Amino acid sequence: MATSAQATPDNPLVEGLERLPVHPTTLVIFGGTGDLAKRKLLPALYNLAHEGALPERFNLIACSRSENSHEDYARVAEEAIRQFSRRPPDDDVLKAFLERVRYVPGTFDDPSVYTMLSETIDAFDEEAGQPLNRAFYLSTAPEFFPVIVEQLGAAGLDHHTDAEVRCIIEKPFGTTLAEAKDLNQRVLGVFEERQVFRIDHYLGKETVQNMMAFRFANGLFEPVWNRNYIDNVQITAAEDIGIGTRAGYYDHAGALRDLVQNHMLQLLCHVAMEPPVDFSADQVRDEKVKVLHAIRAPTAGDVEQMAVRAQYAAGTVGGDEVPGYLAEDGVPDDSNTETYAALRLEIQNWRWAGVPFYLRTGKRLARKVTEIAVTLRPVPHLAFKQEGSVGVKPNQLILTLQPNEGVSLSLGAKIPGTRMRIRPVNMEFLYGTAFLSQSPEAYERLIMDAMRGDATLFTRNDEVEAQWRICDPIVQHWEGTPGPLPTYEAGSHGPEEAASLLLGENTWRAI
Amino acid sequence: MEGDLTASDAVWSERDTTPGAIEAALRELLRARHTENANHVPARVLNLVVVVDARWSGEIANRLARVGRYHPSRTIVCAVEAGRTTLDGRASIAADETKPGELALARELVVVLCGERHLAHLDSIVDPLVVTDLATVVWAPHGHHDAVDSLLPLAQVVLVDSVDEPDVEEALERAGSLAEQAYVVDLAWLRSTPWRERIAATFDPVKLRPDLHMISRLTIRHHPDSGAAALLLVGWLAAQLHWRPEKLLPRREAVAGKAHARRQDVELSLVPAPEQSVRGLATVELETASGRWLKLDRGPGGLHASYKSARGAAREWTVLGASRGESGILGEGIRQALLRDPTYRPALDKARVLAP
Repeated sequence: MATSAQATPDNPLVEGLERLPVHPTTLVIFGGTGDLAKRKLLPALYNLAHEGALPERFNLIACSRSENSHEDYARVAEEAIRQFSRRPPDDDVLKAFLERVRYVPGTFDDPSVYTMLSETIDAFDEEAGQPLNRAFYLSTAPEFFPVIVEQLGAAGLDHHTDAEVRCIIEKPFGTTLAEAKDLNQRVLGVFEERQVFRIDHYLGKETVQNMMAFRFANGLFEPVWNRNYIDNVQITAAEDIGIGTRAGYYDHAGALRDLVQNHMLQLLCHVAMEPPVDFSADQVRDEKVKVLHAIRAPTAGDVEQMAVRAQYAAGTVGGDEVPGYLAEDGVPDDSNTETYAALRLEIQNWRWAGVPFYLRTGKRLARKVTEIAVTLRPVPHLAFKQEGSVGVKPNQLILTLQPNEGVSLSLGAKIPGTRMRIRPVNMEFLYGTAFLSQSPEAYERLIMDAMRGDATLFTRNDEVEAQWRICDPIVQHWEGTPGPLPTYEAGSHGPEEAASLLLGENTWRAI
Repeated sequence: MEGDLTASDAVWSERDTTPGAIEAALRELLRARHTENANHVPARVLNLVVVVDARWSGEIANRLARVGRYHPSRTIVCAVEAGRTTLDGRASIAADETKPGELALARELVVVLCGERHLAHLDSIVDPLVVTDLATVVWAPHGHHDAVDSLLPLAQVVLVDSVDEPDVEEALERAGSLAEQAYVVDLAWLRSTPWRERIAATFDPVKLRPDLHMISRLTIRHHPDSGAAALLLVGWLAAQLHWRPEKLLPRREAVAGKAHARRQDVELSLVPAPEQSVRGLATVELETASGRWLKLDRGPGGLHASYKSARGAAREWTVLGASRGESGILGEGIRQALLRDPTYRPALDKARVLAP
């Protein structure tokens, strides 16, 4: 079975096509009635169908505990698509899409479910007159990941003659290093690594991918992209909302597991990695893993110096009074779960030695923003008198991922007038002003890549473990340290304690 | 941008004006818009210069209004009125609705009413009005070849629709001539994209790829006005598979002929489909010397595929995909202006050989 990447030189008709052919595929979603499937996966699949991007033969099987007929599930899927699709559905396309949907009910540890699944998949192969690729999407609670994988193996669904079988696994991939290792071992006991696609949906975001274009397609930045010119890097993922109805999940996870261990470390890797030889999956992931390995895992004694956690207290957000974390529905009164986490990491290699990387994330902060701020070292000597100047600040390069994706560079400029007075100004580039295309949803890109067999935007086994190697000691230390936690007022910029992480003259950038 | 392009909701207008005055007014409008709302930022993607007959400009305005997110950032409409000797100018800026904390894109529309006498030197009117350093795309849906020729030194891209021209051969010759001087985006070519994708996908499996060189018959049914789209599709296969095509000749209501492939000749037939209401292709049917047969028909929810293997096993299925409609095609044309498709020129060259 060939992927389209292999097909390119041999099929002259793919030259110039924006969408390369993807082998006909049957996609199975475990957890097909779950929230993620309804809000993200089904709408993403519909949008791919609408654009003609799905494989030319595509079938969908949903598997969940609820007792549904095929027709019942088609109605569930239709409702979800109509509610959450980023474009109003075309009735004809939606009808044709739903005609290819089947449902297999049952519990994930029941071997008979996999027999039924196998029969349904085989029927699609039979109908097509050819073996179709198979993609199993594990969109369930994480405790079912190893169960499903092992049942797939036991049922012989981990391989298929003359076609590819792929396994797509949602986050979280373990909640500790030991769990991640165990899960890797069990998954790789059934599938080969090339068959496994671990989702981190941040990697599917256009702006994250643009970071590589920004760094490696522009000669302007590379000469200064090192310890000689860069003073510090701050990565912020701030949310203005609270935990909403997710107390059950969030109180077990916390900010570190929810965002830092996966998304924020991935952003750090994109900032700090060396240029890959090419943009093939393993070349890119090799470079990211090198960055993670260059970050020394903290000891228990280090944690207090390099990590801060806190919980939001009651406050005002957007003019509305909001409760503190402990008063949120479903949160235990004595919860020690952090809603804010900040870290100072050091990458111990020639490029970055001595440059602090500050990471912070939190809920109920002043506003929603995800950005990377790269602060350059100040000029060694300023010839102008500072009198009357608003202030000369070191140049800062800001890569904003949301809400206004773009790049901004702060510069010192002369204030108009007879005197040489300086104030900082911004040179801004906004993606939305320069590109016509709407970015596809991250899940649309990731589902297509997985069906195509391109793992570049998925996390490799060693990458996941390397991420956990950094975060696990912090998790262990925090879980072993009794509360109460420091607090910060909802709607603020975070806890005062976060300032303790900053070195020298560094300050947190305003959120 | 609604209704008649010559009567848009202009924020600024002036009779008997000059390009310099229009440009100054645009700058002032941008400044005022930004002062009013700092979240309004001008889109900076491309300049679209549209040359239209003033009396038919409403239809073009409606098409542009429906291109959705593929709207250009600055649209300069040169509306030609018979007998006019002076220029009238109108300029307006429209912005998306702003949401708290988010930026909204502002798009500029300039309408210049001009006369035929201006067309040979239209570049001198348009040049001051384009945003420097952005790609400039020229589109003249009502002909006006002299105006397009005048604008070519300014433009990087020319948008054409080869199915607009009554004579297919002339349409392809014109596209070929323009392609010598600028990048051509042909809407007739874009109408064939889903068909090209599906043919490529059908032959993508490794074991089917040798059959690409065994294609022995190709029949295309098309909207009666879309002969150019059909010719471009044949031209694409001819170019990619190294066929040597011959000029097609009328045969009853169709045109037919052959191309010479390395192993065998390919019988070609292009048949108008009067029952099809929308422009573009209706059916593509392929047969190989090995006995495979593929037919793609336009259908609800996507293309309907019928396939017969060399052993005679028949299959049918629907290839999912929504019709883009004429506005969608125009929007796609604007988007494609910023990309480069290396296969259009070779396909066009082969289509010019095939044109009856």
